[in-house]
Amino acid sequence: MPAEVKERQYQGKVHQLSRDMMNAWMAQLARANETGEPTGAIMISGNCVELLRAFDIHPIFPEVTALQNAIRHQSLPLILKAEEVGYSSDNCAYVKADMGLFLSGGMGPGTKMPYPTVTLCNYVGCNVYVKWFEHLAAATGSELFMLDVPFLRTSEPTAADVRYVVKQIEELIAVLERISKKKFDIDKLREILAYSARAEEGYARSKDLCKGSPAPFDSFFDAINMMGPINVLRGTREAADFFDEAVKEFEGMVAEGVGPLSEERFRMVVEGPPPYPYYRSFRNLFTKWGAVAVASTYSTVGGIWEWGFRHDPARPLESIAEQMLTENLTNRSIVARYGQIKRYVEEWKADCLVIHSIKSCRLFSAGQGDMREYFTKELGVPTLLVESDLEDPRYYAEAQLRNRIDAFFESLEHKKLVAA
Amino acid sequence: MIYGAGVDVGSTQTKAVILSEDRRIVGRSLIDTGANVSKAAERAFVKALEDAGLPREAVGYVVGTGYGRYKVTFGDAQVTEITCHARGAQYLYPATRTVIDMGGQDTKAIKVGPDGSVLDFSMNDKCAAGTGRFLMAAADVTGLSLGEIGERALLAKNPVRLTSVCTVFVESDIMSYLAQKKTIEDILGGVHKAIATRTMSLIRRVGVEEEVTFTGGVSKNIAMVRGLEAVLGVPVNVSPEGHYMGALGAALFALERAMAAERVLEAKEA
Repeated sequence: MPAEVKERQYQGKVHQLSRDMMNAWMAQLARANETGEPTGAIMISGNCVELLRAFDIHPIFPEVTALQNAIRHQSLPLILKAEEVGYSSDNCAYVKADMGLFLSGGMGPGTKMPYPTVTLCNYVGCNVYVKWFEHLAAATGSELFMLDVPFLRTSEPTAADVRYVVKQIEELIAVLERISKKKFDIDKLREILAYSARAEEGYARSKDLCKGSPAPFDSFFDAINMMGPINVLRGTREAADFFDEAVKEFEGMVAEGVGPLSEERFRMVVEGPPPYPYYRSFRNLFTKWGAVAVASTYSTVGGIWEWGFRHDPARPLESIAEQMLTENLTNRSIVARYGQIKRYVEEWKADCLVIHSIKSCRLFSAGQGDMREYFTKELGVPTLLVESDLEDPRYYAEAQLRNRIDAFFESLEHKKLVAA
Repeated sequence: MIYGAGVDVGSTQTKAVILSEDRRIVGRSLIDTGANVSKAAERAFVKALEDAGLPREAVGYVVGTGYGRYKVTFGDAQVTEITCHARGAQYLYPATRTVIDMGGQDTKAIKVGPDGSVLDFSMNDKCAAGTGRFLMAAADVTGLSLGEIGERALLAKNPVRLTSVCTVFVESDIMSYLAQKKTIEDILGGVHKAIATRTMSLIRRVGVEEEVTFTGGVSKNIAMVRGLEAVLGVPVNVSPEGHYMGALGAALFALERAMAAERVLEAKEA
């Protein structure tokens, strides 16, 4: 039996910086709660946070609140609260955890957060999101703006799609001017977008470094620490600087030949979000096998930067519209997701695909059975499908997960032995 | 003589097998797992040693398998039951390419390579619908033992159609059929048919390739064997050792490792 692999407990500058920056963001929100500065609730998926920043409106991400509560093992009472008022056990657990929080009279994980001034539903591909934000706006008494982003039907968005979204962005700008009592300044937006583009470049470069072996960080488990800066804090100088630091740190690790584990035995691509209530336990199930995620789809939920797209200060509204339409994971078809994963497997030289399916998200999980078939049978990529939930701890059965994961890597190990 | 042992700590029962170096089963045991998993593993191992008439130190290597494999505290290594069932089935039926393992809480379809390695597998999700537990519930409500229901199900003339294979709802479903004066045979025929149909969807995920070997505690149930053959359209191998297949596979791994260790020792001495 080969020796068990240990996590190096790699907690570099990136992890600490990310934590500090997210804490500062939370502190800003707490201050806004006291001073009454305007805030905007917004979705992570293909978000247009830059527009809020252009008006100094503090962004709130209910999904981030939900996952932070889950990591702190506080999601279940909130979910139960939402179920008490009639949410079904099949509803999205993110929605229930957040609505449970509002219904209990609070907002924010630990820190008191303000109710949003404006609730901006910027992703409508999932109609649960639409209902979530409708309920959120009603519960908090905030103004609701429904930004209708057409689902991507073709490989590129049509000119009409872009015009349609830009037109709505212009309407949104008028609303944000009224709420913030500030005149729209396109030069300020251009500056914000330049910071976005710099952060996107750094995130893409960091991920590109995972093509080498060993990958300097786990592109699923460690990427979570980069998703705050890229999705929540994008458009700030701090986020752009963060990725400069990240690239420097990862390039250093590549030069030293070290990765997140004591040994990289298997390179995996991961599809789906992590089970936040059991984030550490779930990671450990892979660590012992020396399995490192070299790429993941979840890390692109806010935007896909690996293929070169950047926000463009020269075309501010159009590039925001294009990013919302096409350069993010959720607004694309499952076939487009296949293509994304296939590139990861090939270009990042992965040994396998691991799909973590989310029980309470039927929209995103639908088709993952076929995905498994496609990768296993048509492409010959060993694929493991496991299921639990991103927020609801009741769906996490560790013994069953361990059994599947152990059996999967036992067979991969055997294949490696035979191949050798 | 070198011996290797496999201890399969399942959700319902714990099985142990001891193999001699000529790969012959020299001892075995089967006990209920109960609440204390570590003790169950220990008791099963001791009983298998008694059955073999061997002292503990005669066994060179022990592999734990099953859900409680990490509780086999005296074991030298742990291997999942998926890998062990594949190995055990291929040992008894070398042409095996598909294994169906039906246990107390799980049903697994395993695609096996010519060397007994796992190529792919598929399992029921967290829900225990359509597993051995479902049959236990059906036995309870019809007042029969697990050993009886298979034979009775074979006598079904018009098997009932169960709306689900939910282990929780099966009792009320059966009660409702009893109230409609359906025969126990027809009800049990429907129960077995429902499980076989559900299992088929798992098997399709890995693909049916002959030969098919049926393992796990439920493989002792003749109606389940016939039901699977009907949905698969091919005969299935069933061994009297089917219930011990996980422990047998684990013992094969253990024996290999014990023999490899012995070879290393001999080489050093030489």
